[in-house]
Amino acid sequence: MDALSPIVEIRHLTKSYRRGGQVVPVLTNISFDIRTGEFIALMGPSGSGKSTLLNLIAGIDKPDSGSLRVNGTDIATLSERELADWRAANVGFIFQFYNLMPVLTAFENIELPLLLTRLPRTQRRERVELALSMVGLTDRMEHYPSELSGGQQQRVAIARAFITDPVLLVADEPTGDLDRASADDILAMLGRLNSEMGKTIIMVTHDPHAARSAHLIRHLDKGELDVTLEH
Amino acid sequence: MHFLKLILRNTLRHKLRTGLTVLGLVVAILAFGLLRTVVDAWYAGAEGASSTRLVTRNSISLVFPLPINYQERIRRISGVTGISHASWFGGVYVTEKNFFPQFAIDPKTYFELYPEYLIPPGDMKAFRTDRKGCVIGRKLATTYGFKVGDTIPLRGTIYPGAWSFTVRAIYDGAEAGTDTSQFFFHWDYLNETMKKAAARRTDWVGVYVIQIADPDRAAEISTEVDAMFRNSLAETLTETEKAFQLGFVSMTEAIVVAIRIVSFVVIFIILAVMANTMAMTARERISEYATLKALGFGPRFLTGLIYGESIVISLAGGLIGIALTFPVADRFSKQMGTLFPVFGVSLDTVYMQIAAATAVGLAAAALPATRVARVSIVEGLRSIG
Ligand SMILES: Nc1ncnc2c1ncn2[C@@H]1O[C@H](COP(=O)(O)OP(=O)(O)O)[C@@H](O)[C@H]1O
Ligand SMILES: [Mg+2]
Repeated sequence: MDALSPIVEIRHLTKSYRRGGQVVPVLTNISFDIRTGEFIALMGPSGSGKSTLLNLIAGIDKPDSGSLRVNGTDIATLSERELADWRAANVGFIFQFYNLMPVLTAFENIELPLLLTRLPRTQRRERVELALSMVGLTDRMEHYPSELSGGQQQRVAIARAFITDPVLLVADEPTGDLDRASADDILAMLGRLNSEMGKTIIMVTHDPHAARSAHLIRHLDKGELDVTLEH
Repeated sequence: MHFLKLILRNTLRHKLRTGLTVLGLVVAILAFGLLRTVVDAWYAGAEGASSTRLVTRNSISLVFPLPINYQERIRRISGVTGISHASWFGGVYVTEKNFFPQFAIDPKTYFELYPEYLIPPGDMKAFRTDRKGCVIGRKLATTYGFKVGDTIPLRGTIYPGAWSFTVRAIYDGAEAGTDTSQFFFHWDYLNETMKKAAARRTDWVGVYVIQIADPDRAAEISTEVDAMFRNSLAETLTETEKAFQLGFVSMTEAIVVAIRIVSFVVIFIILAVMANTMAMTARERISEYATLKALGFGPRFLTGLIYGESIVISLAGGLIGIALTFPVADRFSKQMGTLFPVFGVSLDTVYMQIAAATAVGLAAAALPATRVARVSIVEGLRSIG
């Protein structure tokens, strides 16, 4: 896929939730593209549907209507099973609260997505060790998440997200639980993944400072995409 | 492998909770095993019964005797290869609490019908030649510390008076299920003593034991025996030894049924406890399961984790429970003395315990596993905090 073609093509996407018998529209008729290699920040007030949109693009939620082409596949039509395999191959996840397995070490957490591949043990190890050095945690690989700081945990999570070399990284408020220094550290890391490894990154944030790391900021308000700021 | 690593580490995550659950399982599986062993002990007499032995008793009731002269008439029936008799003595050794069965028997023929009672030939000879001698089982001997040569005083109840017997032989059981809690002595001695005391009560026996060559003819020969004595002074009822023993058990059937029910109730209770533990565990980790799902792990992996953890806990408790069943049953058996002639944990009981523990593990995981398999990723992730 070349740099000019969009990696995400969203057409007339609609999503609503049902709450106590009442239908709450979250996203109404959204259409937009994200180009390959883009680093985009999705901003907007709380409850505006940023996470919902991100979850749809990442294939962990299903739209009510509209089409959703991601990396060449209309993921809105995939079954639960197909979607799981698709996610394993195409998407890396970074969460606000890191979502590491507390019973696994940093090393094991990063290795986890590789268990869904056919990679033999020794190659898995090599890859994980490389990823650990890239996020600067080689000396912490035997540590459990509870023994790491928030910033370190998020670095482990980032390593876990790119270990399978997916085209797309999705990050929902990746710095939302971190202090300024750690946040900058994480944002710099995401920037490098984008510029040096060519990962397309979609980051949800309500922090303008964080959003400035992205190339492109899109605002979501009341279920609709508004202004586009490019810098 | 990561799968097993995850299961084991998850199991050890809440050590206290897992520990208490395992403890509960240990107690439940142990209780289950003991209760089943008690039920087995109840049926042990019938289990050890031979299919080539018939028992003939007075048709009115077991408490009424049969005349000794029936013996020769039964012996002549075709298919009968041996006959002997036994009479319940019902004596008390020191106090009523010391219960063990005593029978007056024919020393010449009785043991030929019971090859499972192993007696050294020399001791057997000593018993036969001592009119006031007795043969006792190994379990009885160990319970009261009786040795060959010892004198055992018995206070007669059915046959009043102070009786005393010398131990001439101790028999061992050929099999684990053989009852070695019995006490045998010379019927002649009983009969002659009664002749002096109450002539009216002589020449009677309790039951006849009939040996037959072909177990398939048991029903036929039984009918023939009973027909022979129809309309006579004492009518008979003949049945297989097993049916005869089960007749005793059936008198206490209600207790056995109650014990059986309780044994399953115990399992059911631990299932409820275990199911609660697993539900709590799965609920706490729902966001972890959702994360795994997001990474691409399928519902089978997740349900596998939950079933695996549940099975590890239930089998840990189950195996410790089974291991404890043996020494505890042993102690229990010693406490009970000769009340349960045969009291041992059978292989079937162990299998039942394993099955119960496994079933508890599987059943406890069923609900949380289904829930985790079904929960949407977005909902699971939202439950984070
Ligand atoms: N699973 C759900 N069930 C019901 N309502 C939901 C669910 N997920 C999100 N919502 C609602 O949809 C709206 C958008 O949520 P979200 O996408 O999380 O917003 P944001 O990430 O921008 O804060 C909110 O009003 C939220 O309450
Ligand atoms: Mg959000």
